Amino acid sequence: MSAAAPGAIVFESVRYSRPPAGRVLDGLDLTIDAGSVVALVGRSGAGKSTMLRLINGLLLPDEGRVLVHGRATSEWNLLELRRGIGYVLQDVGLFPHLTVGENVGVVPSLLNWQPSKITARADEMLRLVGLDPASYTNRSVRQLSGGQRQRVGVARALAADPPVLLMDEPFGALDPVTRSELHREFRDIQRRLRKTIVIVTHDMAEAFALADVVGVLVDGRLAAYAPPKALARSTDPRVTPLLAPLAEVGSFLSPARS
Amino acid sequence: MPLLHFLTSHRSEVLSLLLQHLRLVGLSTMAAIAIGVPVGLLAARRPRLGAPVVWVANVAQTIPSLAMFGFLLPLPLVGGLGARVAIVVLILYALLPIIRTTVAGVQGIDPVLIEAGTALGMSARQLLWKVQIPLALPSIVAGIRVAAVIGVGTATIAAAVGAGGLGEYIFRGLSMVDSTVVLAGAVPAALLALTLDGVLLALERLFSTRRVPKIALTVALLALLAAPLAAVHRTPATIRIGSKNFTEQIILGELLAQTIEHDTGLAVERRLNLGGTFICDTALASGAIDLYVEYTGTADTAVFKNAAETDASRVLERIRRQYADRGITVLTPLGFDNTFAILVRGDDARRLNLRTIDDARAYASQWRAGFGYEFLQRADGYPGLSQQYGLRFAAPPRAMDLSLIYRALADRQVDLIAGDSTNGLISAYDLAVLADSRHYFPPYDAVPLARAATLLRHPDVRRAVESLGGRVTADDMRRMNRAVDADHQDPAAVARAFLLKLERNTSSKE
Repeated sequence: MSAAAPGAIVFESVRYSRPPAGRVLDGLDLTIDAGSVVALVGRSGAGKSTMLRLINGLLLPDEGRVLVHGRATSEWNLLELRRGIGYVLQDVGLFPHLTVGENVGVVPSLLNWQPSKITARADEMLRLVGLDPASYTNRSVRQLSGGQRQRVGVARALAADPPVLLMDEPFGALDPVTRSELHREFRDIQRRLRKTIVIVTHDMAEAFALADVVGVLVDGRLAAYAPPKALARSTDPRVTPLLAPLAEVGSFLSPARS
Repeated sequence: MPLLHFLTSHRSEVLSLLLQHLRLVGLSTMAAIAIGVPVGLLAARRPRLGAPVVWVANVAQTIPSLAMFGFLLPLPLVGGLGARVAIVVLILYALLPIIRTTVAGVQGIDPVLIEAGTALGMSARQLLWKVQIPLALPSIVAGIRVAAVIGVGTATIAAAVGAGGLGEYIFRGLSMVDSTVVLAGAVPAALLALTLDGVLLALERLFSTRRVPKIALTVALLALLAAPLAAVHRTPATIRIGSKNFTEQIILGELLAQTIEHDTGLAVERRLNLGGTFICDTALASGAIDLYVEYTGTADTAVFKNAAETDASRVLERIRRQYADRGITVLTPLGFDNTFAILVRGDDARRLNLRTIDDARAYASQWRAGFGYEFLQRADGYPGLSQQYGLRFAAPPRAMDLSLIYRALADRQVDLIAGDSTNGLISAYDLAVLADSRHYFPPYDAVPLARAATLLRHPDVRRAVESLGGRVTADDMRRMNRAVDADHQDPAAVARAFLLKLERNTSSKE
């Protein structure tokens, strides 16, 4: 698919540094095809979250360009750019003064949709993430469990039907059972919606479970960028330490799988 | 219970003072919200810009309220007497809590929510209205609550500059030495503060639980503060009469007011019970009042700072010239001299055979003295007196409010005071006047002062006031003072009775 197609994201020799941390991204090149799921993996401080913020214009590159839908972020009207990109944070960031339904409807209301259309859309999104609108729409977000909050966060990010979805450690704070449940739902949703999704995670197993392509970030550069199967065979010394925990689980699981 | 009896018998006055009070607090709190919330939001977002603002609000808060009125009185636009200056002062006091809680409310918001809002595509303005203000609202309402409660207290001081409100009763009660009247102002004010606090607290709780539409609550809050505005209407006044804050002055103010009302038919606004010579003088000069009664000696030494002069007619001529330069006309003296009187308890005077201030010198070293603030400061007050008579007391004299000083002497808290020779409490408390044998005190003939411009516009006002010239004797004045201070009669009624008697005497002579 062309790099200029809606949904495509391109990093061109992007450098970005911040005073205390120093150089965060050091000449990064990357093309994310429209409709694919990319997981960015790396240790804390490797620059993963910075990449997400460069995509939605919360940060702008010092050098190089980040192209979204074929246009550099520096040339976008940032509000317009952001309203077309869903964003799910690890801490979710649901607004405590709004109901579940109002939280989901935030971006449509910023886009001045009709109120009735916003309500209908919020209900649809809640159903999509497995929450019954009848019992959740008017609930306070304070009454939700961790897993429910993440579901509402995803529903909010998808409400205005953005072609791009960014997820920063979306399932990091959840217990393993809830997490694998959400992984399954994530794959269901993606099969239907076909968004360009960029997920940041420090968990290689999660990356393998969700992504079409996995990018490994080491010291502000892309050490590997390959589908999970290809990456699993990598002998790159920068990549193998990240694969080690996976190998243990893999060997444990392999008899059952075959 | 005398308080309940007073409140029920003065129902309509209490209600109108209460409404005035609410109006002061409501207007100033709303203005402080309109200024303080935006300033607080700005201060929270741009600390470098906001810090100086918070600092100024902090400093304003530390200035004692009476001093603040003093600063603002002479200023154009905000100054002058009445509700305007009071509201300005109240706004300054209300700003700090509102700014502070707004800043705290905004800065207390989880940064994740700000990032989420930004990443979802909110503009700075949308972030402000959709996220920051709603989340800071409970904190802001808490600040408004504090400001309103402080305002109810501070507004009682506003009566000193003629703004009305429940402070009227407090000051009136203090100058009449009548605790019932003081309580008639203080108790409703305290109840008002508690009620306002409770209502706003309930609102604050509603704001922090999110099940209620915010707009409805905001409207309710504004309506609550604005309600008294609709209730108060002022009659347009043409002639404004001022007075200082002690009984005799209030009676004299009533005498002028009733005479003008009776003789000219003009509407009169009473701004009685103003905070003292300085405030009355500033008010007259600025046109906030048209007339008040001054004493020749006070004008000579305190207003014009002339060297002491004991000849009554020379003092009168001197101040007549100096007032004329300022556009103020000195009318004919009323006929009595209210000089300073050095007072001791009657039993001490009889036991020690004290007649003059000289006689007291021998005992002064065992005595404590109490003087009013003005007397302690003025050149013709304590400094000159102690020099002239060689008085040395056991301790430095205590500074006391004029309204409490007679009581303090009778109660043996002090042993010698300086009071007014016409005060009704002198006989009521069995006090003795020590004669000023060395003629230290200048003459203090009571004389009405009027703005020349007012007299030009209303010649009948001059005729009305001049009809009182030379008609009020020292005995008359003492009797009227006593009727109010000791017998707790209404100053207006006492003045009315006196004017009726004057009229009868006049017509019987004709």
